[in-house]
This record gives sequence, structure tokens and C-alpha cells, in this order.
Amino acid sequence: MSAGQVMGADDVAGELRSGMTIGIGGWGSRRKPMALVRAILRSALTDLTVVSYGGPDVGLLVAAGRVRRVVCGFVTLDSIPLEPHFRLGRQGGTIELTELDEGMLHWGLLAAAHRLPFLPIRAGLGSDVPRVNPELRTVRSPYEDGEELIAMPALRLDAALIHLNRADPAGNGQYLGPDPYFDDLFCQAADRAFLSCERVVDTAGLLAAGPPQSLLVNRAMVDGVVEAPGGAHFTSCVPDYGRDEKFQAEYAASAASPQAWRRFCAAYLDGDEPDYQDAVRRFRDGAAASP
Amino acid sequence: MTAGPATRAEICVLACAEAWRNDSKMLASPMGVIPALGARLARLTFAPGLLLSDGEAYLLAPDEGTVEGWLPFRSVFTLVAAGRRHVMMGAAQLDRYGNQNISCIGDWSRPRAQLLGVRGAPGNTINHPVSYWVPRHTPRVFVEAVDMVCGVGYDRAAAVGARFHELRVVVTNLAVLDFRTPDHAMRLRSVHPGVMVSDVVAATGFKLAVPDEVPVTRAPAPAELALIRDRLDPGGRRERELA
Repeated sequence: MSAGQVMGADDVAGELRSGMTIGIGGWGSRRKPMALVRAILRSALTDLTVVSYGGPDVGLLVAAGRVRRVVCGFVTLDSIPLEPHFRLGRQGGTIELTELDEGMLHWGLLAAAHRLPFLPIRAGLGSDVPRVNPELRTVRSPYEDGEELIAMPALRLDAALIHLNRADPAGNGQYLGPDPYFDDLFCQAADRAFLSCERVVDTAGLLAAGPPQSLLVNRAMVDGVVEAPGGAHFTSCVPDYGRDEKFQAEYAASAASPQAWRRFCAAYLDGDEPDYQDAVRRFRDGAAASP
Repeated sequence: MTAGPATRAEICVLACAEAWRNDSKMLASPMGVIPALGARLARLTFAPGLLLSDGEAYLLAPDEGTVEGWLPFRSVFTLVAAGRRHVMMGAAQLDRYGNQNISCIGDWSRPRAQLLGVRGAPGNTINHPVSYWVPRHTPRVFVEAVDMVCGVGYDRAAAVGARFHELRVVVTNLAVLDFRTPDHAMRLRSVHPGVMVSDVVAATGFKLAVPDEVPVTRAPAPAELALIRDRLDPGGRRERELA
């Protein structure tokens, strides 16, 4: 197997700069590139703008003080509807927010991927989204209908981070779960894209695992591949694993106080990725021992 | 089958089901336990043309075991824009014209309580039929003015010339409400059995349109009740949503 574009998670963080706009794939607490997020937490990166269908990726980066602005339609842990660290950031006034309808976020990424300045969309009209985003403009259809629509600006990204089930060393990536989310679009909207995956396989191994349409991204869209088993933990990465609900509850509890957050960091985040995975195994064994 | 008359939760399941009565060849997207039971009941009885998803990316056939289609989030957005969807959302706040808030409570720039965010509410309400489910009907939910307009109400829809805006019903633990008034202000459509009109008025923080005669919400027929109890929710999750 050639080395291709394979690199380590910390190398990805090393390619990023403070102040960048980073798009993060997945959806809520589903197939998030958490190993790459944890690598950012180990780095000195700060002042980031994060574009995301937000889950604990956003929560962790906010809790660690790495985020200046979140661009999203929501931040949720799915089974726990409200992301507690995002809530603290908003209620404490420590982060800025660009709050968009979910469909507007999609359209902004699509515009960026197509190198268009904007795309027209109905979503947002009549709501308070334009009130809280005063830079948003409308555009009138030049055709007979004359309909006025939101001109959703392109959401151009400095970098995209995604996590898939499989990839080859060149950067051809495959999802094996039910939903691609918008991971291909995040890559296409970004100047550079980094893909972590559960397992790096040789190219022929990809089609052994799933049909051609499961090949969500190709090597022209990707600038680095990281093999990160358990790299979406504690979010879901089906069929490799489901969401770790017990650990997610442990994470959510870390928002209870600054002390609880420091304890969570010491237990899980202060070491490297193998340390994290070891600590998760110990947590799982402990949880199994005390039902 | 469990004996006894319909509980309040079962009345609510049927009231939610009725929201989808004339829908066909469109996706029903219920948010919440009781709306989800309602959508499934509607499909099993009077709205067989509805599509229902598993909450992830699959459409489930009416037997609820067979996958009949694939609907990832990107396709849901297309259905939304095409108007082929009727969603029943929750609401932290709702005003008399149906403006809805699920984003945050207090001043948006630094909220007292950050909630979900606007999610898809702006796009849903501007594109396709929307109903609401409020399991606790109180003046804290039914307010004069919402803090952040996520779902668009009739007054704002008219102001932007919305072509596809339609709010169907608001189902609560006390009543069914709609917007069938000349200015599309919220109206009391029916009260659930055992609820007084004055209870609903007292639990609503704005002046509710109340017709001279307010009917009682229809209770499930025996066959509908059997479906709810024996097939759709034998574990009784519906009761816990109202507890």
C-alpha cells in the first residue's frame, strides 16, 4: 500500500491556523470527525469559525475556548436535545453566532462548492434569521414571477474535516452507514479537506465493502487521510459502531461546572488519542461493572 | 386490549393524526412521541398515502419493518423546498399568528436560555404545511410575542408574500387550535373531553379567538384505540409525554 496522503491527526491540526473557518462534517451527534477535533484540542489553535450541522464537535471546541464564531442551524447531541457546552457559550456570551436555517447552510455550502457568490432560497423569509444576520440580502427573480428570495451567500471554508468508514491511502473515501450527510459538500466548499476514517484499506478493498455509490469523496477532493479507529467516538459511525450513549451522558455532565469540565479533560482529553481510547475502554468496563 | 375510555394522551394522538387527514404522497415529519403515534395512526387508517421515515435515512413501508425508500437529509431538504412534506414541530413559544420559537429565550444576542436553534423551522414554514404540538399548554408557551421567530406566522408570511405558507393546527394537552379566522389569528377549534373553554383561555397568554360553540375533540373510535394501545404503543410512551 503506498503512503499516498496518509498522515496523523496531529499533522492535520498542524495544517490549520488560528482564525480559520473550518467546516466539520457529520450531523448532530452522528459520524463526527472527533479524533480530528481532539487533535485541535491538543493544539494551540484558537479564534476559529466553525461551520457545522452541530454536535459535540462544536460543544468541545467551544468548551475549550477555541471558537470565535459558530455558523449553524442547530447544535444538538440528538438523544440529548440541547448541547450543554454550546448553551454555556451562548448564555455566557463567549461565542458569536451566525444562526441559519438548516437548508440555508446546505445552500451556502452548495454555492461555495459551485464557486457561486450565492444561491437563492425561500428559507429564512419572514423569520428572524435576517434580523440576526443583517448582512443577508434578498434577490428578486428576473423572470415573470418576480419572486423575492434570500440570496444565501457562499460559505467558503479554509478547511473541512470529515470522518468516514473507509478510505484508501490516496483519499478515496467511503461511507457505509445510512446517510452521507453533507460531507462531500463540506470538502468541495473548502480550500483543503482532511478525512479521517475507521480503517484505511487498499483501493480494491473499497468496493469489497460497499457499492460504487458509497464512494462519497474522491482523492481530488481530499488533502489528507488519517486512520482513526473509533475516530467518531462518542458519536455514531454505523455500521462500525453506534453512538456511545453512556459516554455521551458523561460528556454532557461535564458542563455542570468548571470543575466537572476540568475533571473530564483530565480523564479523557489531556493525553493523546490512544490515551483517550484507553480511557474510554476503562469507562466502558466501569459502566459494565456498575449497571 | 386494555379496557377503559380514551385517556388524554390517546385523545391527543388522534388529534395529531387528524392533522394529516387529507395528506397523500407527502412525507409526514412528526416531532415528539404523541405526534409520531398520530402520524402512524393516520397512515394505518385514513391517510395511507403518507410517507414516514425511521428518523434516520430510511422510509418505512406501512408494515413498519420493510424499508421502502432512502431519504438522507439532503433529500429531505428537496422535499421541503418542493412542498411535499407536512411537519408537526414543537414550540417553546407560539404567538397568536403562529410565529414559533425553538431557538432561544431572552435577547438573542445573549440569551437567557439557549435552546435548539432555528433548525429547519424557517424553511419548513415558508415551503409546506406545518402543525404544532404543545404537550403543556401554558401562558409561557402561548405568548404575545416570541423572542426569536423561527417558524413563520401568518402576519409575517403575508408581509413577505409567502406563496406556500400554511399552518394547519396546533394540538395541545388541552385543545386543538387553528387559524381559520379572517386575519388568521389563532382560534380555539375544540376542547379535549373534560377541559373547559375557560381553562384554555386562562392557559393562553394572548386573546384567543373563541367561537360561540366550541365542540369537543373527537375521541378515538374503538378500532383506532385498539391500534394505539395494542399495535402502535403497547409500552405506553404516550402517557409519559403528558406526565
